Amino acid sequence: MSTTDITKNPKWEAVIGLEVHAQIRTNSKLFCGCPITFGAEANSQTCPVCSGMPGTLPVINKKAVDLAIRLGLAIGSDIHDQSIFARKNYFYPDLPNGYQISQFDKPLCTGGGIWIEGKDVPRRWIRMTRIHMENDAGKSSHGEDGYSLVDLNRSGVALCEIVSEPDMRSPAEAMSYMKSLRSILRYTEVSDGNMEEGSFRCDANISVRPRGQKKLGTKTELKNMNSFRFVGQALNYEIQRHIDVLEAGGVIEQDTRLWDTRKQVSVFMRSKEDAHDYRYFPEPDLLPLRVSPERIEQVRATLPELADARSQRYQQEFSLPAYDAGVLTAEKALAEYFEAGAAELGGAPAKVKSLSNWIMGDVLRRCKDESLEVTAIPLPPHRLVQLIGLIDDDVISGKIAKKLFDALWEEDGDPMAIVTERGWVQVSDTGAIDEVISRILAAHPSEVEQFRGGKVKLKGFFVGQVMREMRGQGNPKLVNQRLSALLEGQD
Amino acid sequence: MSNHLSELRADLDNGKTTSTSLVEGALQSAQEQSQLNAFISMNADQALAAAKTADEERAQGQVRGPLHGIPVAIKDNICTQGLRTTCASRFLENFVPGYDATVVSRLRQSGAIIFGKTNCDEFAMGSSNENSAFGPVLNPHDLNCVPGGSSGGSAAVVAAKIVPLSLGSDTGGSVRQPAALCGVVGVKPTYGRVSRNGLVAFGSSLDQVGPFASDVVGAATLLEAIAGPDPMDSTCADRPTLAWSEVTVDDSQPVRVGLPREYTEGLSEAARSALLEPLEAMDGVELVEVSLPHTDFAIATYYVLASAEASANLARYDGIRYGVRVQEPGAGLDEVYVASRSQGFGPEVKRRIMLGTFALSAGYYDAYYAKACQARDAIRKDFEDAFAQVDVLASLTAPSTAFELGSKTNDPISMYLSDIFTVPASLAGLPAMSLPGRLDARGLPWGLQVLAPHWEESAMFRFAARLEAQVARQRGEQQ
Repeated sequence: MSTTDITKNPKWEAVIGLEVHAQIRTNSKLFCGCPITFGAEANSQTCPVCSGMPGTLPVINKKAVDLAIRLGLAIGSDIHDQSIFARKNYFYPDLPNGYQISQFDKPLCTGGGIWIEGKDVPRRWIRMTRIHMENDAGKSSHGEDGYSLVDLNRSGVALCEIVSEPDMRSPAEAMSYMKSLRSILRYTEVSDGNMEEGSFRCDANISVRPRGQKKLGTKTELKNMNSFRFVGQALNYEIQRHIDVLEAGGVIEQDTRLWDTRKQVSVFMRSKEDAHDYRYFPEPDLLPLRVSPERIEQVRATLPELADARSQRYQQEFSLPAYDAGVLTAEKALAEYFEAGAAELGGAPAKVKSLSNWIMGDVLRRCKDESLEVTAIPLPPHRLVQLIGLIDDDVISGKIAKKLFDALWEEDGDPMAIVTERGWVQVSDTGAIDEVISRILAAHPSEVEQFRGGKVKLKGFFVGQVMREMRGQGNPKLVNQRLSALLEGQD
Repeated sequence: MSNHLSELRADLDNGKTTSTSLVEGALQSAQEQSQLNAFISMNADQALAAAKTADEERAQGQVRGPLHGIPVAIKDNICTQGLRTTCASRFLENFVPGYDATVVSRLRQSGAIIFGKTNCDEFAMGSSNENSAFGPVLNPHDLNCVPGGSSGGSAAVVAAKIVPLSLGSDTGGSVRQPAALCGVVGVKPTYGRVSRNGLVAFGSSLDQVGPFASDVVGAATLLEAIAGPDPMDSTCADRPTLAWSEVTVDDSQPVRVGLPREYTEGLSEAARSALLEPLEAMDGVELVEVSLPHTDFAIATYYVLASAEASANLARYDGIRYGVRVQEPGAGLDEVYVASRSQGFGPEVKRRIMLGTFALSAGYYDAYYAKACQARDAIRKDFEDAFAQVDVLASLTAPSTAFELGSKTNDPISMYLSDIFTVPASLAGLPAMSLPGRLDARGLPWGLQVLAPHWEESAMFRFAARLEAQVARQRGEQQ
């Protein structure tokens, strides 16, 4: 099937809204004190409350509320002083109470928005509809013997559901939105945004309409897209399916569909008529959730500067290219690493740019090679700054700098001491350089002859010979300069 | 033999009896009156062991409080660790909780002895105790009559003098109405006064655990032991527990007592005089007619809201984790749900689940659930207006004395109407209690209800104690 850029389609426009479920990073569940450890033995992290025993009652986890408020503040939502939990009723074996405790017509946060930006995505503002809190269900696994097993370890885990307006126009924008949102969740430490562990899940509402038409087309809802890549694939598929149906004169039915990652198709799950009647009503076991202005201000005080604001600031303060600023701010820990280094450098743009190059290049490469989290970078930023200083001061060559970088990555130490101790100091003494050059020229009379006869390409040969003789420690600029002078006999 | 807490306490204090002999006596009495069918589970061994401990503590001068060594019966919808808690339902016939309800653990801490689990209407749904999967409870005053419901067993065991105290639960009158029909004192505290943690939910916004005793002071003492904030129940308020049991009869204090017109209209002459005779004879009481204009909506409002909440509260009984599981070979998930719930629940429970599910359904929510919420607000407002004029309200607890078994079972509406005087206070979350009034021509007690503003249990008990004394004087004359 086609994956052409829908934004370039002259006839059709895609409209996408996303619902993200993010696991709120608390130590215990939303309505009971059970711990949350991914991968624990089935049903080992349960209690009478989260396993739905008779007579048990939910009690709200205050930390989870504070984190949801923090997310709301981070995306500029209105935080409501009173929100209501509601029961969402449906039967399923991994839903022990027979209802989920969610928020329905009075959610904690409404409004706000986030910026998206990316390689194929122009900078755009995506509006948010709402953020509400709810508890997760357990996990069912269906055996081949006709029986299913239920694990309630996840049951009661705190989630926030983050609903966007239908403001995205392409799968690329949707993916960019998810990346931005995930970055905000991680910056604010509201969620670790880990898709593999199910702490960041996404459903999409998709419709297609003739370009220029205001009225939205009929939407379908797509579920089960558990990686960024699948979101892109699934949205591309579904948009094209809509267009194919519409162009064939057909009608889109308002269905809920599942993304089949193996067959790469969306498959029918249920129609609008089969949709559950969840019979929402206010949860009588919980009082309305009241949030005082003081509490909101306390949470606001804990809010870090977010990726987008940081990226804008780096571009202004350090004259960094947008690309560099984007890479450096993608993770809060990396941005903090960079900023510590930039502060050591006094913020001078030229020096900061070489810091940026080192971080985007060698630092991230080694992190990737060694599957290291940014928080676990063994090389402290001030050492990297010292290394850059040695290059700028002509103490070491760029080539030696790579060796020094590797040495410092393996073991901390004073860069200057290492360079001295290992004899890596660059030779910038013109007398010493001239002496080596003279020897090399004397040893290769015919090459000298050819060079002087016009074969100037041979200069590289001489540079190589001299550097080899100097074990790479000759100051390359000076070696070049002196070679030119001596070869051309101008000295 | 006396069944008043104060007298049993005095006997324990001065060594006339021991907890062990109290428990032994209660076990024997329960055995002798087993035809009442008031207990679903006995806790004999544990109760005797607890009595022994209580006696040993007392011998060492260690008395935990007024309930030390006193046997208390617990309605079987209140969870007791290690002791079967059935809610009088087939569904939970073999359910043994791994935890105590907060009220039960508070009783244990106060030295009280968990004596046994009392029969009730299934999941507390009923007004006659005829909806129990374990059979009806009989009224100790007349074995042909119902004890009231849903806490019929808890009322009957106090009326039959098996134990001095018991706990019930009141959603729309389930403590007060059986207290009335059995001639004992029963209290529904202000909503939020007592923790619901461990009380198996029926109508969560209405349910409250409440005490039964043979007199006002006994009930007040038991309430003191179980009331107060609980971190396990967000709806349990941070309100101090007061010394309600220190209530004394003080006829020198003037009190304005409201008589809701809507509760007295259409009463038979016998019913009317059962209410008015004691009130009119009391010193220092000014009777004021008040109006609660939305009373007519109360029963419908209650059955919509309580059933709606019940339809969700009972969804957890799905046959997956505990309770009845009916699974024919090859049955799928839906078949397991349907078969387990069809066989596990009795007809009244099914009726209310259906009613509540309907009231919450898309397209009907506004007409039923939302409308009922509005009516509830109006009813609450009625009481606020009334309490602006008076200190307490008084009424009959139920429109009749105990009725015969089977007389209303085929007419749910008539059965629901027996809650007419108790339901409004439940909807408003007010404290209310029933105490025995005069006896009717058959010798069955009338129940007198006292209602007070939110958190005003003190005013309620103060007036109830005076009314109790007045009734005692008149009963003396009556006999």
